[in-house]
Amino acid sequence: MPKIIVEVMPKADLLDPAGKAVANSLQRQGHSAITNVRIGKRIELHYEEAPTPKQIEDAKEIAAYFLSNGVIEDVVSVSVEEL
Amino acid sequence: MRIGVVTFPGTLDDRDAQRAVRLAGATPVSLWHAEKDLHDVDAVILPGGFSFGDYLRCGAIAAQALVMETIIDAAYGGLPVLGICNGFQILVEANLLPGGLIRNEHQHFICRDQKLIVENVDTAWTNQFTLGQEITIPLKNGEGGYIAKEETLKKLEGEGLIAFRYSEVNPNGSFNNIAGLRNSKGNVVGLMPHPEHAVEPGFGPDTDKAMRSGVDGLNFFTSVLNWMVKA
Repeated sequence: MPKIIVEVMPKADLLDPAGKAVANSLQRQGHSAITNVRIGKRIELHYEEAPTPKQIEDAKEIAAYFLSNGVIEDVVSVSVEEL
Repeated sequence: MRIGVVTFPGTLDDRDAQRAVRLAGATPVSLWHAEKDLHDVDAVILPGGFSFGDYLRCGAIAAQALVMETIIDAAYGGLPVLGICNGFQILVEANLLPGGLIRNEHQHFICRDQKLIVENVDTAWTNQFTLGQEITIPLKNGEGGYIAKEETLKKLEGEGLIAFRYSEVNPNGSFNNIAGLRNSKGNVVGLMPHPEHAVEPGFGPDTDKAMRSGVDGLNFFTSVLNWMVKA
Protein backbone atom coordinates (compact mmCIF):
# COMPACT_ATOMS: atom_id res chain seq x y z
CA MET A 1 0.00 0.00 0.00
CA PRO A 2 1.41 3.44 -0.92
CA LYS A 3 2.10 5.57 2.13
CA ILE A 4 3.24 9.01 3.08
CA ILE A 5 5.37 8.91 6.21
CA VAL A 6 5.36 11.96 8.47
CA GLU A 7 7.99 12.18 11.20
CA VAL A 8 7.52 14.60 14.07
CA MET A 9 10.03 15.26 16.86
CA PRO A 10 9.81 17.36 20.02
CA LYS A 11 11.84 20.55 19.62
CA ALA A 12 15.51 20.09 20.49
CA ASP A 13 15.44 22.59 23.36
CA LEU A 14 12.36 21.02 25.01
CA LEU A 15 12.45 18.46 27.77
CA ASP A 16 11.50 15.03 26.39
CA PRO A 17 10.54 13.05 29.51
CA ALA A 18 10.00 9.76 27.66
CA GLY A 19 13.38 9.99 25.93
CA LYS A 20 15.07 10.87 29.20
CA ALA A 21 13.55 7.85 30.98
CA VAL A 22 14.74 5.53 28.19
CA ALA A 23 18.21 7.11 28.23
CA ASN A 24 18.47 6.59 32.00
CA SER A 25 17.46 2.94 31.62
CA LEU A 26 20.05 2.40 28.86
CA GLN A 27 22.71 3.86 31.15
CA ARG A 28 21.71 1.38 33.86
CA GLN A 29 21.85 -1.44 31.31
CA GLY A 30 25.48 -0.56 30.62
CA HIS A 31 25.09 1.15 27.22
CA SER A 32 27.34 3.98 28.28
CA ALA A 33 28.12 5.13 24.73
CA ILE A 34 24.53 6.38 24.28
CA THR A 35 24.48 9.91 25.64
CA ASN A 36 20.87 10.89 24.94
CA VAL A 37 17.58 9.54 23.59
CA ARG A 38 14.76 11.51 22.02
CA ILE A 39 11.39 10.03 21.12
CA GLY A 40 9.18 11.37 18.36
CA LYS A 41 6.30 10.13 16.24
CA ARG A 42 6.05 8.35 12.92
CA ILE A 43 2.63 8.84 11.32
CA GLU A 44 1.63 6.86 8.23
CA LEU A 45 -0.95 8.19 5.77
CA HIS A 46 -2.24 5.36 3.59
CA TYR A 47 -3.47 5.72 0.00
CA GLU A 48 -5.15 3.43 -2.51
CA GLU A 49 -2.73 4.51 -5.22
CA ALA A 50 0.64 6.29 -5.30
CA PRO A 51 -0.03 9.82 -3.99
CA THR A 52 -0.12 12.60 -6.57
CA PRO A 53 2.10 15.70 -6.23
CA LYS A 54 -1.02 17.55 -5.00
CA GLN A 55 -1.65 14.89 -2.34
CA ILE A 56 1.99 15.12 -1.23
CA GLU A 57 1.63 18.91 -0.92
CA ASP A 58 -1.61 18.38 1.07
CA ALA A 59 0.19 15.92 3.35
CA LYS A 60 2.89 18.53 4.06
CA GLU A 61 0.18 21.03 4.98
CA ILE A 62 -1.60 18.47 7.19
CA ALA A 63 1.71 17.70 8.88
CA ALA A 64 2.28 21.39 9.60
CA TYR A 65 -1.14 22.43 10.93
CA PHE A 66 -2.54 19.23 12.44
CA LEU A 67 -0.02 16.42 12.92
CA SER A 68 2.42 18.78 14.66
CA ASN A 69 2.29 21.88 16.82
CA GLY A 70 5.02 24.30 15.79
CA VAL A 71 5.38 25.64 19.33
CA ILE A 72 6.33 22.22 20.68
CA GLU A 73 7.41 20.07 17.73
CA ASP A 74 9.20 20.04 14.38
CA VAL A 75 8.15 18.10 11.30
CA VAL A 76 11.38 16.29 10.46
CA SER A 77 10.27 14.72 7.20
CA VAL A 78 7.31 14.05 4.92
CA SER A 79 8.23 11.28 2.50
CA VAL A 80 6.52 8.87 0.12
CA GLU A 81 7.13 5.20 0.78
CA GLU A 82 7.11 3.24 -2.49
CA LEU A 83 6.61 -0.49 -2.29
CA MET B 1 -28.83 33.85 30.09
CA ARG B 2 -27.86 30.63 28.33
CA ILE B 3 -24.36 29.22 28.61
CA GLY B 4 -23.33 26.34 26.37
CA VAL B 5 -21.09 23.57 27.71
CA VAL B 6 -19.47 21.45 24.99
CA THR B 7 -19.12 17.69 25.36
CA PHE B 8 -16.44 15.93 23.29
CA PRO B 9 -15.76 12.18 23.46
CA GLY B 10 -13.62 11.92 26.61
CA THR B 11 -14.83 15.15 28.26
CA LEU B 12 -15.11 14.71 32.06
CA ASP B 13 -16.15 17.96 33.67
CA ASP B 14 -19.11 19.01 31.53
CA ARG B 15 -21.62 18.23 34.29
CA ASP B 16 -19.61 20.14 36.88
CA ALA B 17 -19.38 23.11 34.52
CA GLN B 18 -23.16 22.98 33.99
CA ARG B 19 -23.69 22.91 37.74
CA ALA B 20 -21.42 25.95 38.15
CA VAL B 21 -23.45 27.80 35.52
CA ARG B 22 -26.67 26.92 37.37
CA LEU B 23 -25.27 28.03 40.75
CA ALA B 24 -24.24 31.35 39.18
CA GLY B 25 -27.86 31.89 38.10
CA ALA B 26 -27.69 31.07 34.38
CA THR B 27 -29.12 28.22 32.29
CA PRO B 28 -26.66 25.57 31.09
CA VAL B 29 -27.12 24.21 27.57
CA SER B 30 -25.46 20.98 26.43
CA LEU B 31 -23.55 21.33 23.17
CA TRP B 32 -22.27 18.32 21.21
CA HIS B 33 -18.94 18.22 19.40
CA ALA B 34 -20.40 16.86 16.16
CA GLU B 35 -23.08 19.58 15.78
CA LYS B 36 -22.37 23.01 14.37
CA ASP B 37 -25.37 24.62 16.04
CA LEU B 38 -24.70 26.61 19.22
CA HIS B 39 -28.45 26.78 20.04
CA ASP B 40 -28.42 30.57 20.57
CA VAL B 41 -26.22 30.46 23.67
CA ASP B 42 -24.78 33.70 25.06
CA ALA B 43 -21.43 32.14 26.02
CA VAL B 44 -19.57 28.84 25.70
CA ILE B 45 -17.49 26.76 28.11
CA LEU B 46 -15.00 24.14 26.90
CA PRO B 47 -14.71 21.90 29.96
CA GLY B 48 -11.91 19.66 31.21
CA GLY B 49 -11.22 16.03 30.47
CA PHE B 50 -9.30 14.04 27.92
CA SER B 51 -11.06 14.78 24.63
CA PHE B 52 -10.36 12.11 22.01
CA GLY B 53 -8.11 10.35 24.51
CA ASP B 54 -5.47 13.11 24.24
CA TYR B 55 -4.47 11.37 20.99
CA LEU B 56 -1.99 13.23 18.76
CA ARG B 57 -1.70 16.10 21.28
CA CYS B 58 -4.00 17.27 24.09
CA GLY B 59 -6.86 19.20 22.47
CA ALA B 60 -5.56 18.83 18.90
CA ILE B 61 -8.37 16.64 17.56
CA ALA B 62 -11.08 18.48 19.49
CA ALA B 63 -9.85 21.77 17.98
CA GLN B 64 -10.86 20.37 14.56
CA ALA B 65 -14.33 19.19 15.71
CA LEU B 66 -17.40 20.49 13.86
CA VAL B 67 -18.68 22.54 16.82
CA MET B 68 -15.33 24.33 17.01
CA GLU B 69 -15.76 25.81 13.52
CA THR B 70 -18.78 27.74 14.82
CA ILE B 71 -17.17 28.54 18.17
CA ILE B 72 -13.98 29.90 16.57
CA ASP B 73 -15.99 32.20 14.27
CA ALA B 74 -18.21 33.31 17.15
CA ALA B 75 -15.19 33.92 19.41
CA TYR B 76 -13.66 36.26 16.80
CA GLY B 77 -17.03 38.00 16.81
CA GLY B 78 -16.90 38.51 20.60
CA LEU B 79 -18.77 35.50 22.04
CA PRO B 80 -17.45 34.81 25.56
CA VAL B 81 -15.55 31.50 25.61
CA LEU B 82 -13.95 29.92 28.68
CA GLY B 83 -11.57 26.97 28.30
CA ILE B 84 -10.82 25.00 31.44
CA CYS B 85 -7.86 22.56 31.52
CA ASN B 86 -8.43 20.42 28.39
CA GLY B 87 -10.60 23.32 27.20
CA PHE B 88 -7.57 25.62 27.53
CA GLN B 89 -5.52 23.11 25.53
CA ILE B 90 -8.26 23.12 22.86
CA LEU B 91 -8.24 26.95 22.70
CA VAL B 92 -4.47 26.89 22.21
CA GLU B 93 -4.67 24.19 19.52
CA ALA B 94 -7.43 26.21 17.82
CA ASN B 95 -5.10 29.27 17.81
CA LEU B 96 -7.59 31.33 19.84
CA LEU B 97 -4.84 31.69 22.45
CA PRO B 98 -1.07 31.50 21.76
CA GLY B 99 1.60 29.05 22.93
CA GLY B 100 1.45 25.39 23.86
CA LEU B 101 0.92 23.05 26.82
CA ILE B 102 3.37 20.21 27.44
CA ARG B 103 3.87 17.44 29.99
CA ASN B 104 4.44 18.73 33.52
CA GLU B 105 8.11 19.43 34.19
CA HIS B 106 8.20 16.83 37.01
CA GLN B 107 6.52 14.29 34.67
CA HIS B 108 3.72 13.40 37.09
CA PHE B 109 -0.01 14.04 37.08
CA ILE B 110 -0.74 16.59 39.79
CA CYS B 111 -3.91 17.25 41.78
CA ARG B 112 -3.91 20.01 44.40
CA ASP B 113 -5.73 23.07 45.62
CA GLN B 114 -3.79 25.77 43.81
CA LYS B 115 -3.33 29.42 44.72
CA LEU B 116 -3.54 31.83 41.80
CA ILE B 117 -3.10 35.56 41.40
CA VAL B 118 -5.71 37.30 39.27
CA GLU B 119 -3.61 39.30 36.79
CA ASN B 120 -6.35 40.82 34.66
CA VAL B 121 -9.96 41.72 35.43
CA ASP B 122 -10.97 43.27 32.09
CA THR B 123 -12.40 40.05 30.68
CA ALA B 124 -15.74 38.32 30.32
CA TRP B 125 -14.69 35.71 32.87
CA THR B 126 -12.68 37.66 35.49
CA ASN B 127 -14.47 41.00 35.97
CA GLN B 128 -15.89 40.04 39.38
CA PHE B 129 -12.39 39.62 40.85
CA THR B 130 -10.15 42.44 42.02
CA LEU B 131 -6.78 42.95 40.36
CA GLY B 132 -4.06 41.08 42.24
CA GLN B 133 -6.58 39.02 44.25
CA GLU B 134 -5.34 35.66 45.46
CA ILE B 135 -7.79 32.80 44.87
CA THR B 136 -7.65 29.05 45.46
CA ILE B 137 -9.19 26.52 43.07
CA PRO B 138 -8.34 22.88 42.27
CA LEU B 139 -5.71 22.00 39.68
CA LYS B 140 -5.49 18.53 38.14
CA ASN B 141 -3.46 17.81 35.04
CA GLY B 142 -0.62 15.86 33.48
CA GLU B 143 0.13 18.23 30.63
CA GLY B 144 -0.23 21.72 32.04
CA GLY B 145 3.23 23.16 31.44
CA TYR B 146 2.68 26.40 29.53
CA ILE B 147 5.34 27.25 26.97
CA ALA B 148 5.62 29.92 24.30
CA LYS B 149 8.24 31.54 22.13
CA GLU B 150 10.20 34.42 23.66
CA GLU B 151 8.44 37.00 21.45
CA THR B 152 5.02 35.57 22.39
CA LEU B 153 5.85 35.83 26.10
CA LYS B 154 6.94 39.44 25.60
CA LYS B 155 3.64 40.24 23.87
CA LEU B 156 1.62 38.47 26.60
CA GLU B 157 3.46 40.37 29.34
CA GLY B 158 3.49 43.70 27.48
CA GLU B 159 -0.17 43.70 26.50
CA GLY B 160 -1.64 42.41 29.75
CA LEU B 161 -2.85 39.14 28.23
CA ILE B 162 -1.96 36.98 31.23
CA ALA B 163 -5.16 36.36 33.19
CA PHE B 164 -3.80 34.19 36.03
CA ARG B 165 -0.42 33.28 37.49
CA TYR B 166 0.42 30.44 39.86
CA SER B 167 1.15 31.71 43.37
CA GLU B 168 3.62 30.16 45.88
CA VAL B 169 4.05 26.93 43.85
CA ASN B 170 4.56 26.57 40.11
CA PRO B 171 2.95 23.13 39.82
CA ASN B 172 4.00 22.19 36.28
CA GLY B 173 6.94 24.29 35.14
CA SER B 174 4.85 26.83 33.23
CA PHE B 175 6.86 29.73 31.77
CA ASN B 176 6.44 32.98 33.76
CA ASN B 177 4.15 31.07 36.20
CA ILE B 178 1.35 31.38 33.62
CA ALA B 179 -1.84 29.60 34.71
CA GLY B 180 -4.27 31.27 32.31
CA LEU B 181 -4.51 33.68 29.38
CA ARG B 182 -7.01 36.07 27.81
CA ASN B 183 -7.30 37.28 24.23
CA SER B 184 -7.02 40.95 23.34
CA LYS B 185 -10.82 41.50 23.31
CA GLY B 186 -11.15 39.82 26.71
CA ASN B 187 -13.98 37.54 25.60
CA VAL B 188 -11.77 34.42 25.45
CA VAL B 189 -10.09 33.12 28.62
CA GLY B 190 -8.32 29.80 29.14
CA LEU B 191 -6.70 28.33 32.24
CA MET B 192 -5.40 25.01 33.52
CA PRO B 193 -7.00 25.04 37.03
CA HIS B 194 -10.69 24.25 37.54
CA PRO B 195 -13.00 27.04 38.75
CA GLU B 196 -16.07 24.79 38.34
CA HIS B 197 -14.83 22.63 41.23
CA ALA B 198 -14.94 25.56 43.67
CA VAL B 199 -18.49 26.89 43.43
CA GLU B 200 -20.47 25.38 46.30
CA PRO B 201 -19.75 25.28 50.06
CA GLY B 202 -19.02 21.71 51.13
CA PHE B 203 -17.44 20.73 47.82
CA GLY B 204 -14.62 23.25 47.27
CA PRO B 205 -11.05 23.63 48.51
CA ASP B 206 -10.36 24.02 52.25
CA THR B 207 -10.19 27.57 53.57
CA ASP B 208 -8.98 29.06 56.86
CA LYS B 209 -12.62 29.17 57.98
CA ALA B 210 -13.84 25.66 57.20
CA MET B 211 -13.05 22.50 55.30
CA ARG B 212 -14.15 22.45 51.64
CA SER B 213 -15.79 25.86 51.93
CA GLY B 214 -13.86 27.56 49.09
CA VAL B 215 -16.04 29.05 46.35
CA ASP B 216 -13.50 31.25 44.55
CA GLY B 217 -14.47 29.66 41.23
CA LEU B 218 -18.00 31.08 41.28
CA ASN B 219 -16.80 34.55 40.21
CA PHE B 220 -15.81 33.20 36.77
CA PHE B 221 -19.43 32.39 36.07
CA THR B 222 -20.97 35.49 37.64
CA SER B 223 -18.42 37.55 35.68
CA VAL B 224 -19.79 36.39 32.35
CA LEU B 225 -23.35 37.26 33.45
CA ASN B 226 -22.18 40.75 34.38
CA TRP B 227 -20.28 41.06 31.05
CA MET B 228 -23.40 40.22 29.07
CA VAL B 229 -25.61 42.60 31.01
CA LYS B 230 -23.16 45.39 30.15
CA ALA B 231 -22.69 44.31 26.51
